[in-house]
Amino acid sequence: MIYLQLFWSFLQIGLFSFGGGYAAIPLIQGQIVERHSWLSMPEFPDLITIPQMTPGPIAINAATFVGIKIAGVAGALVATLGCILPSCVIVTLIARLYLKYRSMALLQGVLASLRPAVVAMIASAGVSILISAFWGGALVSFAATNWVMAAIFALSVVLLLKCKLDPILVMVLAGVLKLAAAAAGL
Amino acid sequence: MNPAGDKAQVLRRLFFSTLYLSAFTFGGGYVIVTLLKKKFVDEYRWIEEDEMLDLVAIAQSAPGPIAVNGAIVVGYKLAGLLGAAVAIVATVIPPFVIISAVSLFYEAFRDNFLVSQMLAGMQAGVAAVIASVVWQMGTDVVRSKSTASVLVMAAAFAATCLFGVNVVLVVLAAAGLGVARTLLAQRRAKKEGGR
Repeated sequence: MIYLQLFWSFLQIGLFSFGGGYAAIPLIQGQIVERHSWLSMPEFPDLITIPQMTPGPIAINAATFVGIKIAGVAGALVATLGCILPSCVIVTLIARLYLKYRSMALLQGVLASLRPAVVAMIASAGVSILISAFWGGALVSFAATNWVMAAIFALSVVLLLKCKLDPILVMVLAGVLKLAAAAAGL
Repeated sequence: MNPAGDKAQVLRRLFFSTLYLSAFTFGGGYVIVTLLKKKFVDEYRWIEEDEMLDLVAIAQSAPGPIAVNGAIVVGYKLAGLLGAAVAIVATVIPPFVIISAVSLFYEAFRDNFLVSQMLAGMQAGVAAVIASVVWQMGTDVVRSKSTASVLVMAAAFAATCLFGVNVVLVVLAAAGLGVARTLLAQRRAKKEGGR
């Protein structure tokens, strides 16, 4: 039952992604690529670039995108619903408690421990995208490295960290560079 | 401090504000939350600044998309459950419609040579964006000089990247650790206060 699977997968993504957009990436990867193979690892970054280039929350964009690809508009509806349901219940509950008691010590304690774990999980997701980009599913070895991609990656990191360019601009630039390299026969 | 205006007008403004913000903000949750604050605190003056900061903290610390969480807290604060429902629907409509439209063209475009090369290159770009986000957030964690945080970060990276542990388990473990640490700290503070 594909609708139930979509709903359940995105319910887990909504329930366990703490810290917004990037934090949802490893969870989406786990559910969509590894568990259900709805997308392949080379297709997976599209799931990040397309939601990044369009407005709105990444998780909702991803739910709609995967849902529609797997089971049409109904699939998109079901996936989006699953993704926001945990938020609806949990946030409303916390907001209610907060407006009543205004105590946040425990909440902040949990957040303080979650933050470093979230950074590490985002890093892991980045590593698998990097491996897919440099080696394209082949065995990881020095000889098989795609040096064009490695150069684009290095340049992008410099543009982001040193020149503080907008992430969306950098992603588009990386695409244009690869296209230019392909046109030049590299 | 609920607005004096009638409830229908509050709901209407809530709907169109959140719809507009969701339709025109690129760059995800943190941006939308900032704009929610601008709209409801600075422009409409329906929520006070301090209270808004706490509401934002709730939106950021609860699971799920920050933009959706932000819309829920603001909607709930202004008009109860109905307000939360109105804000959610308004936040979800724009990305739903836009992505549905994009995915119609996606299949056709993917097989095109130009687009497939672009998308391949953007893969390196995405990896770079993630690397820079991790670099910035990671150095913040290291700079906080909290041994526990650095240990949690190292352990979580080893678990997910090297041993393939399910991220859900990592989140649960870290949250549990946070609860334990807070309760311990509170007990210690109470003991010292009693002396």
